[in-house]
Amino acid sequence: MRESIIMKIHYGTALAAIALVAVHILIRLTQGFSESLQYESVIANYKFLPYAGMLEIILILLSIHGFNGLRVILLELKQGRAYEKAVSYGCVAAMIALITYGTRTIIMVNTGTG
Amino acid sequence: MAQIPIITEAAATTPSPKAITLRIARYNPQHDSAKKFMEFIIPYEKWTTVLEAILEVKKYFDHSVAVRYSCRQATCGSCGMIINGKPRLACFTKISELNSNVVTVEPMNNFPVIRDLAVKFERLFDTHHKVKPYLIRDDTEITTDSKEFLQSPEELEKYIQFSNCIKCGLCNSACPTMATDSSFVGPQALAQAYRYVADSRDKGKDTRLKIIDESHGIWRCHFAGSCSQVCPKGVDPAMGIQLLRGYMLGFRS
Ligand code: HEM
Ligand code: SF4
Ligand code: FES
Repeated sequence: MRESIIMKIHYGTALAAIALVAVHILIRLTQGFSESLQYESVIANYKFLPYAGMLEIILILLSIHGFNGLRVILLELKQGRAYEKAVSYGCVAAMIALITYGTRTIIMVNTGTG
Repeated sequence: MAQIPIITEAAATTPSPKAITLRIARYNPQHDSAKKFMEFIIPYEKWTTVLEAILEVKKYFDHSVAVRYSCRQATCGSCGMIINGKPRLACFTKISELNSNVVTVEPMNNFPVIRDLAVKFERLFDTHHKVKPYLIRDDTEITTDSKEFLQSPEELEKYIQFSNCIKCGLCNSACPTMATDSSFVGPQALAQAYRYVADSRDKGKDTRLKIIDESHGIWRCHFAGSCSQVCPKGVDPAMGIQLLRGYMLGFRS
């Protein structure tokens, strides 16, 4: 992929994340920060589909952004054909793994298999 | 005869009481394991440049100090070095402006050292060459019946600042990405890519944008801005890079 396309995605995911993380924080504020991480409240939030969907989108956006950022850092740190290939494929694999793991959590809560 | 200002003999011949300690980095990669510093006490006047002080050392103390220079007037781009921690041209830096009794000179960072203060310029010239630093178009203005390519003052204004680059490499020496990314094109070449892309006579925009749009190209600039801080010719490579990005992100055409 052209580097300019990757970087447009990088900037785009950052901007979209600002908007969605803001909504995420506002929703947390309405329910009180202290209860946020209590078991029942976490389960309830994941079961509320619009909110769980938004969390899923934030997960995808920030995984793409974060692992591409990591790729950039690693490419600037060291160079070499084999190393650069490993970095690029490694970051895509890690990105997919993280998204899959997060998505699995949300699905398991909703299907009652958790 | 023109009036010559009168200088009393005493003022003209009394040696300046001012002197600095000039510390010169000595290193020969062929047989030294590390850089060492040699110190010299050098008298100076208000107008003495760092290059003149180094040449004084070569003339009277140690001829073997390696330094590259030519024009002595900030035009040829040969004498870039780190002076008191900052990349500068030795011929364009007066000792008096440094406000220090000690002046330390070292070879530029991000360039391999040949010896002492002289560094290899191959990477700079390669990356400069890579962005095609010349007008690209099919016709030419040198055939007998053709006219010169005209340009309005406004069109000239778009790139003229960037054409002042003397390829001294100070910007590349100051750039933090250059320090770790051995494949990065660097601020000098990127500023030149903009210089030609923004020239109304040039037709090579797409070719050039493609060359710099790769994993070690323009996107590896994180806008530290150090290049523009050290450029002795006011080129402002950091701005050139941002303007180039404008084309790639669709803000300019
Ligand atoms: C929503 C707020 C965020 C914004 C606006 C944002 C914006 C940016 C921008 C503009 C860059 C490019 C910088 C450059 O090219 O110099 C960048 C790089 C990066 N971001 Fe983010 N980011 C955000 C959140 C995150 C998060 C949460 C992570 C971690 C998961 C992250 C990880 C990275 C990494 C690793 C880089 C690469 C470092 C670099 O290029 O300098 N960012 N970010
Ligand atoms: S942009 Fe400035 S600092 Fe960089 S090589 Fe050209 S003149 Fe030197
Ligand atoms: S000697 Fe030419 S730029 Fe300094």
